[in-house]
Amino acid sequence: MSEASLALGRTWKRPPIISNPNLRWALIIGALVYLIAAVMTIDVNWSRVYEGLERGKKFILAFSNPNFSDRWTDIQEGMLESIVMAVASTVAGIIISIPIGLGAARNIAPLPVYLICRGIIALSRALHEIIVAILLVAIFGFGPLAGFLTLSFATIGFLSKLLAEDIEDTDKSQAEAIKATGSSWLQWINFGIQPQIMPRLIGLSIYRLDINFRESAILGLVGAGGIGATLNTAFDRYEFDTAAAIIIIIIAIVMVLENTSTFIRGKLQ
Amino acid sequence: MAIKQTTDGTKVWARRNTKEQITNWIMWLVGTAIFMYCWQGISSETDWDFFWDAPEIAADIGSRAMPPKWGYITTLWVPLWDTLNIATMGTVLSLVMAIPIAFLAARNTTPDKYIIRNLALLIIVSSRSINSLIWALLLVAIIGPGVFAGLVAISLRSIGFCAKLLYEAIEEIDEKQVEAITATGASRWQVMVFGILPQIMPALAGITVFRWDINIRESTVLGLVGAGGIGLQMQGSLNILAWPQVSLILLVILIAVLVSEWVSAKVRGAII
Repeated sequence: MSEASLALGRTWKRPPIISNPNLRWALIIGALVYLIAAVMTIDVNWSRVYEGLERGKKFILAFSNPNFSDRWTDIQEGMLESIVMAVASTVAGIIISIPIGLGAARNIAPLPVYLICRGIIALSRALHEIIVAILLVAIFGFGPLAGFLTLSFATIGFLSKLLAEDIEDTDKSQAEAIKATGSSWLQWINFGIQPQIMPRLIGLSIYRLDINFRESAILGLVGAGGIGATLNTAFDRYEFDTAAAIIIIIIAIVMVLENTSTFIRGKLQ
Repeated sequence: MAIKQTTDGTKVWARRNTKEQITNWIMWLVGTAIFMYCWQGISSETDWDFFWDAPEIAADIGSRAMPPKWGYITTLWVPLWDTLNIATMGTVLSLVMAIPIAFLAARNTTPDKYIIRNLALLIIVSSRSINSLIWALLLVAIIGPGVFAGLVAISLRSIGFCAKLLYEAIEEIDEKQVEAITATGASRWQVMVFGILPQIMPALAGITVFRWDINIRESTVLGLVGAGGIGLQMQGSLNILAWPQVSLILLVILIAVLVSEWVSAKVRGAII
């Protein structure tokens, strides 16, 4: 047989995603072993799940008939508190994030400042909001102040990190031109760096407001104010219609915020 | 940019002209007023005596929490394994649901541009707006406390995130490759498997690892509402004010999150 007919007789096979066969099989076998181990150790009480399906159906049905009126004052107060916390913490977060973001940008900050600021960012990003909220509630007592501080702290990690990356990406020549005019350090930052990062800073701030509102909805679970406490009570009493009403309001507000932020960010770019 | 004239006639450069200055000033005024209103709301709900006590209380808690109770680690291995399972299996489960939704939501693959696409987008938004802790709260009420509730909560929350990023990736694919596969006479499914899937594979892998990393962080706290994992131990320790145990758990969570972030960064670096 000639080589041509050999080639013709073969069928085409899709090339595998991972070309090294040893690595591929190791990954597949590793994943299978893990999957079996995981499934074996998760014990599910199927009869309890089955019983729950009835309640699940009730909850889904509650969405077609949400009850806004029974706990309206509670819902209204909780929502207002959530929004207030989100707005205040975003503002405070931005004010603190700017110096930390400047400090965490390698092209303007000296090494010791850089390391300290990066440390603050890493700490803020590693701790989940709820954990911070628990600690702050223990220290500052129940109420929206703990929630406000939690969200401000979380905002720092998010905003400073992205801001620092943006500052590191700025155009050097513009900053240098300002420096060449004999400007002070503050003037250099204000006229050389700030105009370059402003559109992104505004976009990120609005995006963070959106995130902070979403997060503020759960802080109430640990006593840090906001709509979460009302939602938790509704679940505890199996008042699914009230819970459905609260969730619908949260989704609506998030949708409005998200569309506004997309619109504003689109305009800025 | 504007040139301003001072009273004695010399010209001075200014960044903004008068109109811009006024709008700028009004925006600052409105912004400050909104912030002050919000601050007023928080301040009136706060017991300021507690605030001034805070340093003492923090020092007190700190002194009780140190040193961490190292021996307690032996009881933490099982919850830690549960936490890992919730995050991993939750991510896998969410992908199973997110991939079809992403195909339904992407403009170039959706079978129906109006009803089905908007329905898929609504699922994405609902899943994204509700925090995984709220999903967990809900599922604990419905199917009972335990690891399974946490796993489902994580997967429901991740659908929106994964499907959104994935459908954006699908919309950005190269149509020429799809056309080439269609030209061979391939069926709709074959076009998806051979024309679209290979193009979104890197994005899919990146999104999966990214979400897995976030899910590790989220699954550490699900136990607070009874949905399994290491949060359950933390809630128990907090309830009995066992601060040395709490500090150890916090340390373990911190290490777990940093390790998962490192793994995720490495894997994403290898893909891209």
